[in-house]
Amino acid sequence: MVNLTINGKAVTVEKGTTILEAAKKLNIYIPTLCYLEEVHKIGSCRICVAEVEGAKTLQATCVTPVSEGMVVKTNTARVREARKIMYELVLSDHPKDCLSCGRNQNCELQKIGEIIQADESSFEGEKSKEFVDDSSPSVVRDSAKCILCRRCVTVCNEIQGVGILNTQERGFKASINAGSDILLGNAACTNCGQCTVVCPVNALHEKDSTQDVWAALADPSKTVVVQTAPAIRAALGEEFGYPAGTLVTGQMATALRDMGFDYVFDTNFTADLTIIEEGTEFLNRIVEMMYQKGVITAEKVKELGMHIGVNATFPMITSCSPGWIKYIEHYYAGQLDNVSSCKSPHMMLGALAKSYFANNIDVDPKDMYVVSIMPCTAKKYEITRPEMVNNGVKNVDAVLTTRELAKMIKEAGIEFAELEDGGFDNPLGISTGAADIFGTTGGVMEAALRTVYEIVTGRELPFEGLHVTPIVGLDRIKTAAITIEDAREEWSFLNGVTVNIAVTSGLVGAGILLEEIKKGESPYLFIEVMGCPGGCINGGGQPRPKEANTREKRMKALYREDEGKILRKSHENPDITKIYKDFLGKPLGHVSHELLHTTYTTRSKY
Amino acid sequence: MATDTKHCECCGLSENEMFSLLEKTIGDYEAKESNLIQILHMAQAIFGYLPDEVLKFISEKMNLPMSKVSGVVSFYSLFSTQPKGKHTIKVCLGTACYVRGGSKIVDKIKELLDIEVGETTEDMNFSLEVMRCIGACGLAPAIAIDDTVFKRVNPNKLRQILAQYE
Ligand code: SF4
Ligand code: SF4
Ligand code: SF4
Ligand code: FES
Repeated sequence: MVNLTINGKAVTVEKGTTILEAAKKLNIYIPTLCYLEEVHKIGSCRICVAEVEGAKTLQATCVTPVSEGMVVKTNTARVREARKIMYELVLSDHPKDCLSCGRNQNCELQKIGEIIQADESSFEGEKSKEFVDDSSPSVVRDSAKCILCRRCVTVCNEIQGVGILNTQERGFKASINAGSDILLGNAACTNCGQCTVVCPVNALHEKDSTQDVWAALADPSKTVVVQTAPAIRAALGEEFGYPAGTLVTGQMATALRDMGFDYVFDTNFTADLTIIEEGTEFLNRIVEMMYQKGVITAEKVKELGMHIGVNATFPMITSCSPGWIKYIEHYYAGQLDNVSSCKSPHMMLGALAKSYFANNIDVDPKDMYVVSIMPCTAKKYEITRPEMVNNGVKNVDAVLTTRELAKMIKEAGIEFAELEDGGFDNPLGISTGAADIFGTTGGVMEAALRTVYEIVTGRELPFEGLHVTPIVGLDRIKTAAITIEDAREEWSFLNGVTVNIAVTSGLVGAGILLEEIKKGESPYLFIEVMGCPGGCINGGGQPRPKEANTREKRMKALYREDEGKILRKSHENPDITKIYKDFLGKPLGHVSHELLHTTYTTRSKY
Repeated sequence: MATDTKHCECCGLSENEMFSLLEKTIGDYEAKESNLIQILHMAQAIFGYLPDEVLKFISEKMNLPMSKVSGVVSFYSLFSTQPKGKHTIKVCLGTACYVRGGSKIVDKIKELLDIEVGETTEDMNFSLEVMRCIGACGLAPAIAIDDTVFKRVNPNKLRQILAQYE
């Protein structure tokens, strides 16, 4: 332990702690700009400087570790003056059109202005860059707003392992982009949007869809259907001042109705459906493998209701995360056969809304407009894929991020905190607890296992509270093994088979598991990949975290929502049974194949 | 691109040969990120400049993002992503040359060749660069064309000097 004083107050902290962290313990606030807890620490902006006795120059507190007997002062005239100069320097090359800026009142550069009073006279300087790259359907880069903190560079390179964003040129001409005049829309960018979450200013943000949605809501000829992803309910509240991890499912449904949506559906319904389709696909791959090995006969395959000659590539990898899909298409296209053919849940819901449901309510699918509220910027891109069209109409017409939805609720003048709880509409609104956990890393795998294990053995998954504990949590790669014993009669050929599974979130982890597959060394049969670190709870469209451990709090909220439900396994959802009976036929059947499954494309790295 | 039409100026290598030489160079440097600058140097020596195809090739072989490679290239002014002319004119703007009219020389050359500093003439004959000091201070102002140094240059004589290289 190390003892030091900051502004005359004594504090004892662990070795390796930075001055900034130690100050936080004493409730001494030091303004920061480039620093981002747990993500980015390069000490470049020098807004966070303090005086350290014995040191000639001011020290950047976000990178300077404490030492025994250190005497720190964070509020001397010298410190305040230095901060002010650094701040004014940033502002001199920044267009200060806050009132018309997308980050107004929600901007870190603006916020530190509360603490540092800059002189207006030193504001104006030559502007170095004015270029808006809106070529991508997901992410917009406004270089004029960039303050060169490089948080996005760290996230894109080190956490996502993609490396689209890097510093180009230097000095006054420096800017952050893909290099060689490559625009985001043409780059091998995954559209994950993680860069938009960490950007302190309006230099990186999602492509706006709120205007399109307002227009659809105002159009009397349109039946406007909305659906919300599992992770929204655990994060939307933060935009209205609730602490992280507050579940606002009921208020969210009411707000959507008040905004004028005609039907409020739940993507959770199709998360349950995904489990049935993907679980069946997994079992069919296993059956095919056993058939190829000569363990079972063709008659047996038929008896199980499965098909012969299907893709039996292992490990099978989940397909719900469109940023992950774009990543593998660009960087590991040779492994595309490993990916499940299931569309992501919101695409399935769109496809069903414009077929099954449109037919039920007697609306021409061309007059239906489907909006998805997603924690994700990559879904904005996903809906533009040519595969996501059935019967000549797009499955989904617009995607709003959680942040955009909050903006629209505010614009609509709805007092979110005052809303009564509402519910979802039927038939695409009922879901089980298995669907809730789709929003967190490990959740899709656990939901799939709850169903697949029970199909094969006739018993519940043998874990306390149905949680597959080894794959719960925020670690990069999590693994588990489940050995099948005492299977039901018709599945007895699987007795003794060990199913090795892996779960990863964030694309660096995906890259590690794909390398194993590429080398033929992957021990797994089933892998869950989510493109964002932590899964959708931390998606590129989620509110920018305002408190520590936000991801964990959102994750726990989803497990709470799951545990609070009576039905916790996808195959127990009564409306899922009904939709197979009335419309889809059987899992992997002809209609499913048309509406719920998709194909992938090989893309270049450049 | 399997065309064999482009040739290296200095040693007459075909494009394919240039790329395999580059690949060997990357191998010699163990494809290490810490050696990127040296590798880029070699690449520029082989190709004369660093066009996108070369940067992509390096990014692929070194398993580095393109944005990182181009970030390094654009950081250092000694790397050029534009083809160089047959001859490179370097005008010294070190203190001595500057005081004795180096910038007038730059202006005159810009006028004669109709290019800016860092650019190449349309006929690909000349590229124009400026330098900090070429070590001929006693005989300022000086310019260098390829490896030949011209001292005490009179702006009005520039046309004649350049004519030798037409
Ligand atoms: S990014 Fe922030 S400081 Fe800059 S104009 Fe927008 S709100 Fe103002
Ligand atoms: S969206 Fe993701 S992959 Fe694309 S630039 Fe941002 S962080 Fe990188
Ligand atoms: S784009 Fe945003 S995150 Fe990236 S360097 Fe600029 S200000 Fe920082
Ligand atoms: S916050 Fe410490 S240097 Fe930027």
